[in-house]
Amino acid sequence: MMPPLIELESVSFGYRAGHAVLSDVTVRLLPGERIGLLGANGSGKTTLLHLVVGLLKPTSGTIRAFGLPRREEADFLEVRQRAGLVFQDSDDQLFSPTVLEDVAFGPLNLGKSPDAARRIASETLRLVGMAGFEERVTYQLSGGEKRLIALATVLAMHPDVLLLDEPTNGLDETSCARVLGVLMALPQAMMIVSHEREFVNRLATRTVSIERGTVSDGHR
Amino acid sequence: MIIFDATNRVTFIHRIDPRARVVCAIAFAVTVCFFSRVQALCVGLAGSLVLTGFAHVGNRRTLKRIGALNLFTLVLLALLPLSGTGDVALRLGPLYWHRDGIRLATVIALRANAILLTCLSLLGTIEPTQLGAALNRLGVSSKLTRIFLFMIRYIEVLHEEYHRLRDAMRLRGFRPRCDRHTCRTFGYLVGMLLVRSFDRAERIVEAMKCRGFNGHFFVLTPFRVMGRDVATAIAWGVYLAGLCWLEWR
Repeated sequence: MMPPLIELESVSFGYRAGHAVLSDVTVRLLPGERIGLLGANGSGKTTLLHLVVGLLKPTSGTIRAFGLPRREEADFLEVRQRAGLVFQDSDDQLFSPTVLEDVAFGPLNLGKSPDAARRIASETLRLVGMAGFEERVTYQLSGGEKRLIALATVLAMHPDVLLLDEPTNGLDETSCARVLGVLMALPQAMMIVSHEREFVNRLATRTVSIERGTVSDGHR
Repeated sequence: MIIFDATNRVTFIHRIDPRARVVCAIAFAVTVCFFSRVQALCVGLAGSLVLTGFAHVGNRRTLKRIGALNLFTLVLLALLPLSGTGDVALRLGPLYWHRDGIRLATVIALRANAILLTCLSLLGTIEPTQLGAALNRLGVSSKLTRIFLFMIRYIEVLHEEYHRLRDAMRLRGFRPRCDRHTCRTFGYLVGMLLVRSFDRAERIVEAMKCRGFNGHFFVLTPFRVMGRDVATAIAWGVYLAGLCWLEWR
């Protein structure tokens, strides 16, 4: 069996003492897998993704990513590049005035030259079917367009894993289908958090449900 | 809400390096502030009008802004001469309008309009993001320019949020009146907006961290000084020198 890309082992987390959002969660993401994490509102789905990239630190349990245990902020810097998190609200992710600048932001942070960043940005936009949007103003895009651009901003960093937080949140059917089509064509392993069972069933290779802070993973 | 309108029209003013335009506008404003001769100010105002024509900013929004400014100068023109001394130009019952006061109010009105029109033509034609980058390059602290850039990006989002909250209030029969309930409700509205903005700011920082942000912004399009920027700076210097000669000859 191939080693897992991301592994949460008996992870617990609570925002307040004595009130656990997640308790004793164990999930493994293997290469090529697309795990769908299903759960109701407030079941800790987003929290789980934020734990993986180290925006939150678990109260107990261990997180391993790409073969190494990750504890400190410094450990997670590499994780954040290799595991791209797409936020639920694209307005949180797209902060630059133009699409090109936003997609180039990640590559520039990784130390690419402006020309290289520009080239990567254009290639990534073509990959998600948004070629020609380079000079568009981010806040004037439609909801579906914003979501695909947000996906591009993460893909531009060439991650090995995609973490998707409610990728179809607030999108109409046409936009949903478009996002689904783009995601299906990507080679990356994914963790998809959603409450839309139908979407997850079509995209995911297996599903895991989060209920009352605990996870039932088929691989356990 | 649209903060600036990206007119598709690109004039030669749009092509001048934003940094050069910022410096020119500031130099003009500072120089004109010291002028007190009506003749020099009139030439300066005429120059500003010509510039407005070149920059194609003479639209309804510009007129509205000029109107707002001149409402103030009208008040000044009506009230300032009352407190002057010397020759009386107009007398109405117990009120005396003095000639030197009228002159002073005219000078202020001319200065204000000349500076406003020049700024509209030179600064109003810079895209806000470019303006932010230009200010940063001119030595304005990067914290301030960052606040400026994020404001441009998120004022729209917050405005939408405000409207959603406002609509939700209206749908539940809220009508602003002049009472405690209205005050409290608006207090909640503003408070909620602040809380949400703070939350959003945190999410934005998180999203940026996920993409490797470490406190440093990299610029995709560096500014380049071209021949026309140097020519503009020289021409502008000659123009300002000419105005100074009219003022102090």
